[in-house]
Amino acid sequence: MTDNEYVPFLSKITEIIRHTDIEYTFRMTYDGDVKPGQFFEVSIPKYGEAPISVSGIGDGTVDLTIRKVGKVTNEVFEHTMGDHLFLRGPYGNGFDLDDYRGRELVVVAGGTGLSPVRGVVDHFARHPEEVKGMTLITGFKSPADILFFGDLARWKQSMEVILTVDCADDGDKPAACQIGLVTEHLPKVKLGDISRAVAIVVGPPAMMRFSVLGLLELGFAEKNIWISQERKMCCGIGKCGHCKIGDVYVCLDGPVFNYTKGRTLID
Amino acid sequence: MGFKLSREAFDAVLQSWTDDYVLFAPKRFEQGGIYSDTDCIRYGQVQAVDEIVFDSKSLYSFKEALLPVSETLFFFTEETVKEADPPKKGAIIFLRSCDLHGLKRLDEIYLRNGPEDAYYRRLRDRVQFVLMGCPHSFENCFCVSMGTNQATDYAISVDVEGDGFLVDCKSEAWAERITPRAEAELDVTPRHVTENAVTVNIPETLTIQVASSRIWDEYDNRCIDCGRCNFVCPTCTCFTMQDLFYTENGRVGERRRIWASCMVDGFTDVAGGGSYRKKNGERMRFKVLHKVYDFKVRTGSHMCVGCGRCDDVCPEYISFSNSVNKLDQAMKEVSGR
Ligand SMILES: Cc1cc2nc3c(=O)[nH]c(=O)nc-3n(C[C@H](O)[C@H](O)[C@H](O)COP(=O)(O)OP(=O)(O)OC[C@H]3O[C@@H](n4cnc5c(N)ncnc54)[C@H](O)[C@@H]3O)c2cc1C
Ligand code: SF4
Ligand code: SF4
Ligand code: FES
Repeated sequence: MTDNEYVPFLSKITEIIRHTDIEYTFRMTYDGDVKPGQFFEVSIPKYGEAPISVSGIGDGTVDLTIRKVGKVTNEVFEHTMGDHLFLRGPYGNGFDLDDYRGRELVVVAGGTGLSPVRGVVDHFARHPEEVKGMTLITGFKSPADILFFGDLARWKQSMEVILTVDCADDGDKPAACQIGLVTEHLPKVKLGDISRAVAIVVGPPAMMRFSVLGLLELGFAEKNIWISQERKMCCGIGKCGHCKIGDVYVCLDGPVFNYTKGRTLID
Repeated sequence: MGFKLSREAFDAVLQSWTDDYVLFAPKRFEQGGIYSDTDCIRYGQVQAVDEIVFDSKSLYSFKEALLPVSETLFFFTEETVKEADPPKKGAIIFLRSCDLHGLKRLDEIYLRNGPEDAYYRRLRDRVQFVLMGCPHSFENCFCVSMGTNQATDYAISVDVEGDGFLVDCKSEAWAERITPRAEAELDVTPRHVTENAVTVNIPETLTIQVASSRIWDEYDNRCIDCGRCNFVCPTCTCFTMQDLFYTENGRVGERRRIWASCMVDGFTDVAGGGSYRKKNGERMRFKVLHKVYDFKVRTGSHMCVGCGRCDDVCPEYISFSNSVNKLDQAMKEVSGR
């Protein structure tokens, strides 16, 4: 039998971390190469499949941070620790840490967009000497939507972290949290040499568009900005055609794109 | 090696294949045509040469022999999956030059665009191709413009000649079966056309900028997003996966893939109600540029092979070749801005 990419393998849930009512991280057993920004197809017989980004990489495990929004993801939430899920992957290009090493790095993440980029942030939080400086700007709708709250406190020790929510009633907002869209906080980023600084932008389409514009305005070069795209996916391996934009297959050539390429994509 | 064969002799050769192969060829389905009271010529299994339609174009292409409309990938229970068995026999597919070129496009996607597709591979390795010569062009064909009017990578070619057939055989094993049955040995070149009534011009200067042209707007209303143009196309390869379960409460069932169309609603839907290319004109633009622009950027050759089937089938009389021929004007429009 040839390698059959469509046939999923079983992976055990070793831990579940609850962030919000509808967003949990499932720690799954997985041995093999995987990069931050890549994704797995969570494949549940009878319910179908959903592409989910790798939000963390451990020793023999990967983290999948899943938002409960529909058929497949609802069913995932019916599972508990010790249960198994079918997966296939990893797919996609992922982030290449070498693109950011030795540079000043700014990561702008909106909502669940923090999960695909979490592996990159976590890596440089553990190895701050590998970058010249690092800032994370991460925004959520409201205080109740904040993801990876525990990580944020830890990351603060080795990088500049700006946590912001779109709006909040006084009182239910954590002390370290600011108010306003991520774009409003962009000008606060302190950089030595903007022409060499690099940035990663991940989040909902409108947030990405305005954040990139904001970065360009600050003086970032197009070639120094990376974005991660989400599209409808079915196969994850360049066959089904659902994720295609122009000459690009998001599942193969992305989901991470340098902005010089990302800019040219017309759906 | 070339031969002249009587109809009976060719039928005997064909029968000798059926031990190891299933035969797919264009055949006549009564009353199945696009207009009422017309027949539909499309692919199906054949047992005898008389079933094969040599004198018309098939409405659907050969692709369903390699990519079934609905294909079971695996069977599942809650905690097991088992790959579906391949068909027991190999296949012999009768097809024209344009379709044989179409095969290269399918190979490009299913064998080279990302990892190999195991289901396609296991069929593809067991298929032989019989080229059906084209004595003349059919309606809407523009293979000459696409450079697909002639093909050489067949196991055997077949042309109708009087009551019999002219055959060029490239397979030694098959030549051995044919030689004792042949009326004569002679040089045979499969018939092919050198001109079509329809021609297309794909501008050298084409860039993705053309996406912003106004030519696409006319299809917003004209196209009814039925997807037929995709389903008949030999080079459309998209699918969607679906899980079928045998009982409502059980977890036993199968996962299938079924043909999908970029012209039909839902193709790009993401959770939360988002979708891309809501307008039919945008979908037309996406399809046309895939066929004659971006597939070439990616692979080096155009996806479209000029079979004209999309024009044959469109219920709204939308002509793909016309839309391609508007690209030159559209490029002038967008570069003038
Ligand atoms: C590269 C990539 C990475 C992703 N990473 C994450 C992640 O880390 N965490 C997370 O919670 N979500 C992520 N998503 C979104 C997630 O895949 C969808 O929310 C999920 O497919 C919804 O499936 P459902 O069956 O629960 O919802 P339904 O709405 O019932 O799904 C309906 C159908 O649409 C398809 N679909 C719906 N939304 C999407 C989408 N955004 N992208 C592709 N197909 C979709 C599904 O495959 C399904 O067939 C990612 C999407 C992509 C493309
Ligand atoms: S786009 Fe139309 S003419 Fe071209 S290969 Fe497909 S069906 Fe044939
Ligand atoms: S172009 Fe014609 S065949 Fe294709 S989707 Fe539109 S109406 Fe249907
Ligand atoms: S998800 Fe199927 S081609 Fe990309």
